[in-house]
Amino acid sequence: MADFIYLYRGGNPPSEPDEVQKQTHKWLAWMKELGANGHVRAGNPLERHGKVVRGKSKTVTDGPFAEAKDLVGGYLLVHAKDFDEALELSKGCPILDMDGTVEVRAIHLVNVPAVDGDA
Amino acid sequence: MSDRRPHDVSDLELGNLFRREAGRMTSALARVFGVHNLPLVEDVVSDAILRALEVWKISGVPENPAAWLTAVAKNRAIDVLRREKTARTFEPALAAALSTEWALVPAVEEAFRDEVVKNEQLRMMFACCHAQLGEEVQVALVLHLLSGFGAREIGAAFLVSEAAVEKRLQRGKAKLAEARSLPSIDEGRVAAHLGAVHRALYLLFNEGYHGAHREGSVREDLCAEAIHLTSLLATSDATKKPSTFALLALMCFAGARLPARRDTNGELVALEDQDRARWDHALVRRALAALESAAEGDELTAYHLEAAIAYEHAAASSRADTRWDRIVALYEALMQLAPSPVIALNHAIAVGEAEGPERGLEALEAIDDADQLDDYPFHAAAMGELLLRMNRRAEARRAFEKACAKARTPDERRWFATRLRACSDA
Repeated sequence: MADFIYLYRGGNPPSEPDEVQKQTHKWLAWMKELGANGHVRAGNPLERHGKVVRGKSKTVTDGPFAEAKDLVGGYLLVHAKDFDEALELSKGCPILDMDGTVEVRAIHLVNVPAVDGDA
Repeated sequence: MSDRRPHDVSDLELGNLFRREAGRMTSALARVFGVHNLPLVEDVVSDAILRALEVWKISGVPENPAAWLTAVAKNRAIDVLRREKTARTFEPALAAALSTEWALVPAVEEAFRDEVVKNEQLRMMFACCHAQLGEEVQVALVLHLLSGFGAREIGAAFLVSEAAVEKRLQRGKAKLAEARSLPSIDEGRVAAHLGAVHRALYLLFNEGYHGAHREGSVREDLCAEAIHLTSLLATSDATKKPSTFALLALMCFAGARLPARRDTNGELVALEDQDRARWDHALVRRALAALESAAEGDELTAYHLEAAIAYEHAAASSRADTRWDRIVALYEALMQLAPSPVIALNHAIAVGEAEGPERGLEALEAIDDADQLDDYPFHAAAMGELLLRMNRRAEARRAFEKACAKARTPDERRWFATRLRACSDA
């Protein structure tokens, strides 16, 4: 087993309360299923606004000012057998139905301890 | 996985939550921003709701979702007020408070206090039912601003396009924006305008109950919203009049029957033939309590009479056991008070039950303005029922054929088709 991160980007916001309700429900159902199958390690939405620190001078600027579709809106740490399973699981994500994307990345663990309960 | 424990909330609860909280937040924010700043109000509301989606979809629904939404809306409102206090004028009554930083936050907190929100919702209701707005605009505004329905949903409920609803809402909001404050609810205003508010809520309920729109959950949501808003009137000192209770009673009686309106195959069932065990008995109890309060004072409105008719149906254990003579008398009183061809049609049906189909048919044929019922399929259907009971099958068949042709929904069509087949049965 290994850990992966899903990065959520974009996703057209619904315009009416009943759509918000439907989407929230889809997400809750999806997350519940992932959680019930032991795939979810942690996950959180990100605040919309932040700052960016750059360079040796540690310049702080407002941002990130990416297009809404490129902005990371949240992340999920996923526990899966291998990359293929993590990728397959990501296809159930409701954000895909609303024009958003999920970026799936394996977390490269350096110096993994020899004892792994799941192995 | 200890930091993520999604609170289990059913689909329906969540739906009502977003809608209902949108309505509450809109009224509270209109108090602060002023009704002329409705676009800003709506931005803040939709922002709070979208933020909820963003957070809840990953972290799960919090323990108290309504409080969560309110907190987001308050913070956002405070940001807006700080940012725009020099560029905009807000609600004049709060101008002093909003101009100083130390009073701004308490003013926003105050606007979201339960009692205050309730009062603001009343003011919003009266504002939406502005005398210079058509009823279709009033109802759209009530649904949108107080109940959180979007233009698409309202359009679906009333069988009009989303664009047409948008237009109605724009017209309504422009009228609201002419005043900066919502109307105050004093004796004079209640006396002059409570009738219009009742009428809009009654239409809202009826649209849910009898409306010609497609099958689906929207119609029952409309009924629930009408009951919710009428309850708001019934629990506020200024508006808890006998007529309000009568309207509430009538809605609760009718709403109680919703679960029994369809049989196990999903087909419509006539009131008299419904399985009364499937009625919502909690709602019947609310109706009875409201009916009792409606009887205080000497005011007799059409709502009183309609509620009394609904009571007769609720009190009967079966079609045969129904006191049809009383229902006939109530319809006669209603025809005096609020004459309409549909009331006359219902009267004729009741006469048919009380005094036999021949008398019923006479009453049906005596309806003034019957041509107004030409597109109303239940007119032809009522005639069909009476003729069928008199065994005039060929004429009954023709009447049901007409009803089928006029049917407005697949439900109605199947219902009339069933009755048409009954004409051929031996």
